[in-house]
Amino acid sequence: MTRARADEEPKPISSSSSSGGGTAMRVIVPLQGVVQGRGGLFLGSVIPCALFYFLQLYLKRFRNDPGDPNDPSSSSPTQNTASSAPSRSSSSGQLTEHHGLRRSLSRSLLSPRNVGGPACVSGRVISILKAGETPCDVGSKQVEDDPYDEVGNPGGVIQLGLAQNKLSLDLVKNWFAENAEEAIVGGAGSNGIAFYQPFDGLMELKVAVAGFVSQFLGKEVSFNPSQIVLTAGAAPAIEILSFSLADSGNAFLVPTPYHPCFDRNVKWRTGVEIIPVPCRSADNFSLSITALDRAFNQARKRGLKVRGIIISNPSNPVGNVINRETLYSLLDFAREKNIHIVSNEILAGSTFGIGTEEFVSLAEIVDSEYLDRDRVHTVYDLSQDLSLPGFRISVIYSYNNSVLAAAKKLARFSSVSAPSQNLLVSMLSDTKFVQKFININRERLRRLYVKFVAGLRQLGIECAKSNGGFYCWADMSGLISSYSEKGELELWDKLLNVAKVNVTPGSSCHCIEPGWFSFSFTLLTEKDIHVVMERIRRISQTCKSHS
Amino acid sequence: MRLIVPLQGVVQGRGGLILGSLIPCALFYFLQFYLKRHRSPNPPSPSASSSNLAGLPRTSSRSTLSSRGSLGPVRISARGSSIAKPDDSPYYIGWNKFRDDPYDKINNPNGIIQLGLAENTLCLDLIEKWVSENLSDSIMGRDGDDLSISGITTYQPFDGMMELKVAMAGFMSQVLGQAVSFDPSQIVLTAGATPAVEILCFCLADHGNALLVPSPYYPGFDRDIRFRTGVELIPVHCRSTDNFAFSITALDQAFNQARKRGVKVRGILICNPANPVGNIIPRETLYELLDFAREKNIHVISDEIYGGSIFGNEEFVSMAEILEAEEVDKDRVHIIYGLSKDLSLPGFRTGVIYSYNESVLAAAKKLTRFCSISAPTQRLLISMLSDTKFIQEYLETNKRRIKKLYDSFVAGLKQLGIRCSESSAGLYCWADMSGLIPSYSEKGELELWDKLLNIAKINVTPGSACHCIEPGWFRCCFTSLTHEDIPLVIERIQKVAETCK
Repeated sequence: MTRARADEEPKPISSSSSSGGGTAMRVIVPLQGVVQGRGGLFLGSVIPCALFYFLQLYLKRFRNDPGDPNDPSSSSPTQNTASSAPSRSSSSGQLTEHHGLRRSLSRSLLSPRNVGGPACVSGRVISILKAGETPCDVGSKQVEDDPYDEVGNPGGVIQLGLAQNKLSLDLVKNWFAENAEEAIVGGAGSNGIAFYQPFDGLMELKVAVAGFVSQFLGKEVSFNPSQIVLTAGAAPAIEILSFSLADSGNAFLVPTPYHPCFDRNVKWRTGVEIIPVPCRSADNFSLSITALDRAFNQARKRGLKVRGIIISNPSNPVGNVINRETLYSLLDFAREKNIHIVSNEILAGSTFGIGTEEFVSLAEIVDSEYLDRDRVHTVYDLSQDLSLPGFRISVIYSYNNSVLAAAKKLARFSSVSAPSQNLLVSMLSDTKFVQKFININRERLRRLYVKFVAGLRQLGIECAKSNGGFYCWADMSGLISSYSEKGELELWDKLLNVAKVNVTPGSSCHCIEPGWFSFSFTLLTEKDIHVVMERIRRISQTCKSHS
Repeated sequence: MRLIVPLQGVVQGRGGLILGSLIPCALFYFLQFYLKRHRSPNPPSPSASSSNLAGLPRTSSRSTLSSRGSLGPVRISARGSSIAKPDDSPYYIGWNKFRDDPYDKINNPNGIIQLGLAENTLCLDLIEKWVSENLSDSIMGRDGDDLSISGITTYQPFDGMMELKVAMAGFMSQVLGQAVSFDPSQIVLTAGATPAVEILCFCLADHGNALLVPSPYYPGFDRDIRFRTGVELIPVHCRSTDNFAFSITALDQAFNQARKRGVKVRGILICNPANPVGNIIPRETLYELLDFAREKNIHVISDEIYGGSIFGNEEFVSMAEILEAEEVDKDRVHIIYGLSKDLSLPGFRTGVIYSYNESVLAAAKKLTRFCSISAPTQRLLISMLSDTKFIQEYLETNKRRIKKLYDSFVAGLKQLGIRCSESSAGLYCWADMSGLIPSYSEKGELELWDKLLNIAKINVTPGSACHCIEPGWFRCCFTSLTHEDIPLVIERIQKVAETCK
């Protein structure tokens, strides 16, 4: 009967109604602009009225639930897409693009006893599943299937896409050999590892972490253990901040190029959006307040509420550090707009200080300025600083009591197991070892970086200036066939499949200029560098001969 | 989006088309009007977070005092501030009190005794012995070579090492049913059962959808599910006359009521063996439950985290065992497991999602980036779970010791005239203290809870925290006690009981 009524409508709506249903909530936003004018009142009321009318009509037509026993049409194949219509619009408009995908899940339609049809999963997860394969995933999979080994598999793929530092593993290994057993069990016996511990981390570890962070920052910054929340890795740390600072539909400004994992950590489950703020090679990809301001205003015009800025310092993937002046103006900007700053300093322990720029933590600045700390939140990654990514322990350090209270409660979803916490308590309390580790590790990073960059330079490939991290950010725009994302991905594909080198293309990092690539060199030995350079050379020759 | 929901009910009738379009049109008109008059930077679109939180952000304005904050204090998100609110559930208030003043036989004999946390210390000696013998070998490898150091320090798959999944599959068949063979590729490991529950909710339901949960249920579910997923829990009340077993009729009723409210039910969450009651869902009910889920086309989440802590005579049947026999329709069933209860290792934070649905598995694997288990712990567990002789001995000893303690605890309560519901599993008993409450209501129950906590210095969980519909029931977790503690606990309860009578 509903169908018949729909046909009586003066306008043909059958095709447009479905899109109207999915995007109705979105439509409000552009209308704010329309309403501004004189005739806005009329338009601004008529248009949404009409849309809402269509939405109601749409809902009415498809309002059968999948399992409705009273409804004769409940076995129709379209009902799965339709029944989730009300929920779809609640998890933001992005889901409309996955409209057709739901059907791929109906594998189990074949099962004979299935009266109600297949059990479908939630719309938000479908969007995660569909987001699927980025170049990073593809590359990592190839490495997994065919890893390079000097002796065993000399033709395999060399991994230059994973931020993992193996340079100082020997130091860690020696320490473990001497201390691990005692450290894990600790003074308390199994009591200390078996039982429930606070979700947000042991107090002993927080105290040790506070000491460690001020040690590697090498400054007179005092960290307060009660402002620390420990999480199982940097991904949940960023996600928890994203949950606590922004509501679904709000946005963060993020200078590009940024690490591809932000797209997952900030957006996936929180419903928060990222607004890229493009940085350019002309400024060595450093952040400008003007660009931030422009992005902020544009977002505002689109009706998006910006809740904060996420910066990476040292930047990841470029490796440059943000200087003190910029940090001050950033704080001023945040104050003016009344937004938060999340400073992602997971590579702070891996700075190696080439050039004159020194690394300044935002915590250091806020520590000396007594005002307005509430908006500053920093993230450190112990497992990166100590070359222990498998441990998955990160730190949220915030000055905002509400954020801390929320983060402590949310840590229930990502707490660190007690044996690893005990191990780290002993390791970090061994300040002599920690100091030695930091110094040697920095020295080795610097040496390898210099070698790697020199190797690329010989091939005519220049790198952006870097002061820290596991990457170098190389300009290969001379080698790409067309100055576009397509050209860049073609080169990436060649590097992966012909040269067998897995690197991260700039487009994965949302870099606005094509032709930049991120090379993570910390998995290599000095010997491997020659192999890598040789492989890149072969590709660059074919590229040049074509052009 | 909330607006649509009440209207769906209106639209059902004959005149629904007109009403269902006129009312929102009018509302929308006023909204536009309102926006025009108060052009604030706050867009109407983030209405996805529920409307009742709108007033909350003000509570975080502590920092108004800061002199340079020109535009006032920076606000955190509405959902953030609702999470940051101080604990109001007695479940957590009791914990906090215990933390400040814990009982210790020698040092603090007047402290609070913890009966509110399901933690098992009965077999700590066995774990201690195993760990002291095997610790360094399991983490560092037998010869401490380069491979084994890489095994704990380098990146591992977010969803757990394959070796641990294999060991876990073996352990799960040892615990949940010898007849079942668990497939390691259907396992996703998480940092505790808590994120396992949350991830499943993200995967199965959208914001605003609901799950049916037979009540009384584990108080932690409220946080696990409501904090971030935006999924609603609809309690399906069970009663003492049925020994708190749930019935399909009640499920059906709750399902239809939710439907009338316009809430879409996406699944049922059951706890088997049940927490807090400790009863076991019989095989027949499980079959009916699957039929019900099939009929309504919804998912079934079976939380079997107490599956190995069974001491009674009732037979425990895992959902996996039923599906092993039934070939069809597996992809709506998801099992949650963990090592916190059966192996008494909550500090290890190891949870399991075992699902038959490929999409759910694929999504869950991706979401474990937010809750993966630290590598040294995984190595330790691989050795421990592979030691089947140790596991066998542990499980048997554990059951024996729980049973013994349960019997003496229940007997002690009985002497005071407090009856417990029939129970065959778990680390707790579910006691009927309705004879002691001043008024037969939630208020009366909370008064007794307050007396127990502050006068008798015993932290128990009141039934209202578990959404029990009958007042006067309390959950007492006894497995962190020793035999010597029991008379003391009973004596403390007796003192309060006397004042109540």
